[in-house]
Amino acid sequence: MRPDLKIIADLVNPGARVLDLGCGEGELLAHLRANKGVNGYGLDVDASNITTCLAKGVNVIEHDLDAGLQQFADDAFDMVVMTETLQSVHHPEELLKEMLRIGRECIVTFPNFGHWRCRLHLGLRGRMPIVNHLPYAWYDTPNIRLCTFDDFERLCHARRYRIIQRFVTGPDYHPRHLAGSLPNLFGTIAFYRLGRST
Amino acid sequence: MSKSAFAGGNLGVVTPRIFSHDAPFRLRSGAELPRFDLVYETYGTLNADRSNAILICHALSGHHHAAGVHALTDEKPGWWNNCIGPGKAINTDQWFVVSLNNLGGCHGSTGPRTRRPDSDDIYGPDFPIVCVEDWVRSQALLADHLGIERFAAIIGGSLGGMQALQWTIDFPERAGAAVVIASAAKLTAQNIAFNEIARHAITSDPHFHGGRYQAAGHNPDVGLAIARMIGHVTYLSDSGMGQRFGRQLKSGDLKVGDNVEFQVQSYLRYQGQTFSRQFDANTYILMTRALDLYDPASACGDDLVKALLQTSAKFLVISFSSDWRFSVERSQEIAHALVRAGKDVSSAVIESEHGHDSFLLPIPRYLDVFGTYLAQLHGAL
Repeated sequence: MRPDLKIIADLVNPGARVLDLGCGEGELLAHLRANKGVNGYGLDVDASNITTCLAKGVNVIEHDLDAGLQQFADDAFDMVVMTETLQSVHHPEELLKEMLRIGRECIVTFPNFGHWRCRLHLGLRGRMPIVNHLPYAWYDTPNIRLCTFDDFERLCHARRYRIIQRFVTGPDYHPRHLAGSLPNLFGTIAFYRLGRST
Repeated sequence: MSKSAFAGGNLGVVTPRIFSHDAPFRLRSGAELPRFDLVYETYGTLNADRSNAILICHALSGHHHAAGVHALTDEKPGWWNNCIGPGKAINTDQWFVVSLNNLGGCHGSTGPRTRRPDSDDIYGPDFPIVCVEDWVRSQALLADHLGIERFAAIIGGSLGGMQALQWTIDFPERAGAAVVIASAAKLTAQNIAFNEIARHAITSDPHFHGGRYQAAGHNPDVGLAIARMIGHVTYLSDSGMGQRFGRQLKSGDLKVGDNVEFQVQSYLRYQGQTFSRQFDANTYILMTRALDLYDPASACGDDLVKALLQTSAKFLVISFSSDWRFSVERSQEIAHALVRAGKDVSSAVIESEHGHDSFLLPIPRYLDVFGTYLAQLHGAL
């Protein structure tokens, strides 16, 4: 299982109602069903991902996240998960708000644009970064809403979202010493577990 | 393709059978049929524990002959031969498939063309209004007759999808899964309007005789053909028709303007005429009424989520991008209501230029989604 999904799966309570935004091949949902008695739903737009989910018997709804989440009721889910998708949606702020409307909590993961390699590309070479965790050229990247961990946390504070937990990892999703002490400089991927303002 | 190759790649020759229910059958309207027949076909083999049965529910102009041929000389196979057969999405090597002609139909089941018991007259326009719920209940009687306690899946497109949905509400314990394709939980005003135009074309035909055209020795061919033409246009899409016909001429000269006939005109007329020879006008009216009336949420304060709470089936909801008669949004309403009700549901929106007719066509992604879902279901039996 993908290491990031394992980290997320460990955060989900047994029997929880789970929605996975951009569920890909349904790996997380299949794992949660087999190990935690969770019968969740995934949303995706990719045709081959949807077929793969169907083959696994995972509930998958073909849906473009840019069309919003208004079809879901308030408090419909205990946990809404979105892995490495935040940076490629048109309205990330609105989407976060919606995730915390329909879910009591959410887990969001995204790549760090403040990583030292990105800073090196931009600061010294004056070029848009092309690095391991953000491998696209500026003109064909799906990642249109890049931010640093600090940027994200500022948004959370401004919107009064509660940051319940944060993991920062290196490119292989394993915690690193440096990523732990200076996450915004050395962290590659962050996992935020958010709740509503108290 | 040779005739034998055509038959060999499919189910080959299939034979319809009749199920007779020789007891009164009360309809939702309160009317009662003293007895009825349903004509049906089966494909594949029922397994020992009778767990691999699939029911096919047909749409407005469909019938029991969904796959295979009745004779090797047939020019066309059944209406859903693209999806039913060995190795196909509904794989008859794995499933036992039941397909029937609904009550009120005109292909062998009891309907307006049937002679009334104890009378020389046919039912004609006096055949009672039949609702989706009545069809479902009559289909359950057929299942009893066949010894099928529970269908692994109930599948239908359009009006057939409504029956699949209703099965999960009325017989939750007898429906393992429902595949609802290009359908809706209720018709929109626009959709009802198209049905009304079709009915009006039929009833305005001087040969309709208030529905007693058979006794008068006539048939409302013109009205029925117009009804079919308007239906047909709404089952296609603008771009699909553009691609297929464009502005090609069948005859005449655009510069002169005389006797100009576009290909699409000739095509529509042919479709209308063929249909009016094969289909019964009273059945057409009856089927479109059933479409209009269907609204399972109405019994639950117009709350579809509430109507679906009692279901226990798994659902697959499929829609097509260019279908405007049963649009993607209508399918999404069903899928979203099922999510809200906490039911197992998946949904796919298939890119297609062919409008509502897409559900009958061999569109690769459609067959892939459909077949993958059913294969997974079979694996979990």
